[in-house]
Amino acid sequence: MGAMEVVEKSQLAERPAIKSGDTVKVHVKVREGDKERIQVFEGVVIGLHRGGTRASFTVRKVSFGQGVERIFPLHSPTIQKVEVTRSAKVRRAKLYYLRDLKGKAARMKDAAKV
Amino acid sequence: MVNGIIGRKVGMTQIFDADGTVHPATVIKAGPCVVVHAKTAQRDGYQAIQLGFVDDKATKENKPTVGHFKKAGVPPTRVRREVTLAAGADAPKVGEQVLASIFASGERVDVIGTGRGKGFQGVVKRHHFAGGAATHGSMFHRAPGSIGASSFPSRVVKGMRAGGRMGNARTTVHNLKVLRVDLDNHLVIVEGGIPGAPTGYVIIRKAVKAKKIKVAQVEKPKKAKK
Repeated sequence: MGAMEVVEKSQLAERPAIKSGDTVKVHVKVREGDKERIQVFEGVVIGLHRGGTRASFTVRKVSFGQGVERIFPLHSPTIQKVEVTRSAKVRRAKLYYLRDLKGKAARMKDAAKV
Repeated sequence: MVNGIIGRKVGMTQIFDADGTVHPATVIKAGPCVVVHAKTAQRDGYQAIQLGFVDDKATKENKPTVGHFKKAGVPPTRVRREVTLAAGADAPKVGEQVLASIFASGERVDVIGTGRGKGFQGVVKRHHFAGGAATHGSMFHRAPGSIGASSFPSRVVKGMRAGGRMGNARTTVHNLKVLRVDLDNHLVIVEGGIPGAPTGYVIIRKAVKAKKIKVAQVEKPKKAKK
């Protein structure tokens, strides 16, 4: 094992296999003064950026008619857990086209259950 | 105790804090090193230690160099560097090992290496000249401009900054924070970047311009709110 993997291995958190098109619930730890609470951000994964500890993923949701995107570091300790609630059939790795679609057009078909 | 060690840049990554803060980090394979030669004040005029960086592969050296290592009783190493001794410390004996254990996490270090070569560069990149306007009819873009007067002095004064080879020179980065020391794998992880490309050899030494480390203050009793 290379020196780089030795260092990065201790940094990796256990995460479910997520992919573009998945609807996920991201449980984020939020600090407010001395208190810490969990905030859930639910939306569609529109892209993954891989790369060991530097991996990140982008989640998009439409909140009160306004599109919101958040980029999470995949292995950040601030992420308590990631739940995959749905998987959609998509033909792109990056779903940036969803930004231009609204309402019905932004729906996606469920991935066929294996 | 010696003040430094030879290392080899492995690459960059990032390290998370418990609160999610991300630190850019450079992984350096530091040591194991052996003491090849000790310089003394009586003979050499100053005190220093010559270290050899023990690599996985054995090296072939010419006869005089082999003799130099034979005196120390250690197998030849390809990379040797000189490091200073901590003030008042006993000089380690020739043949002794020097490991990354000389550093502790949280400590400040300097990293010395050879920076990446940039090739022949103009004055804008090499000396941060401002250059001229790109548009509005400007006919002066990235040229150096005037380099002096005419018939007097009839020459260009020495030290005039001009285009030329850039980089590939010894570079020191001061006061990098040691994030972690992995003794089992001989790794030192410092915060931030260091000179040169991965696989380049560097010297890691205790910071010479280190700021005083803040001693944890005893918490003052909080004033009662109105």
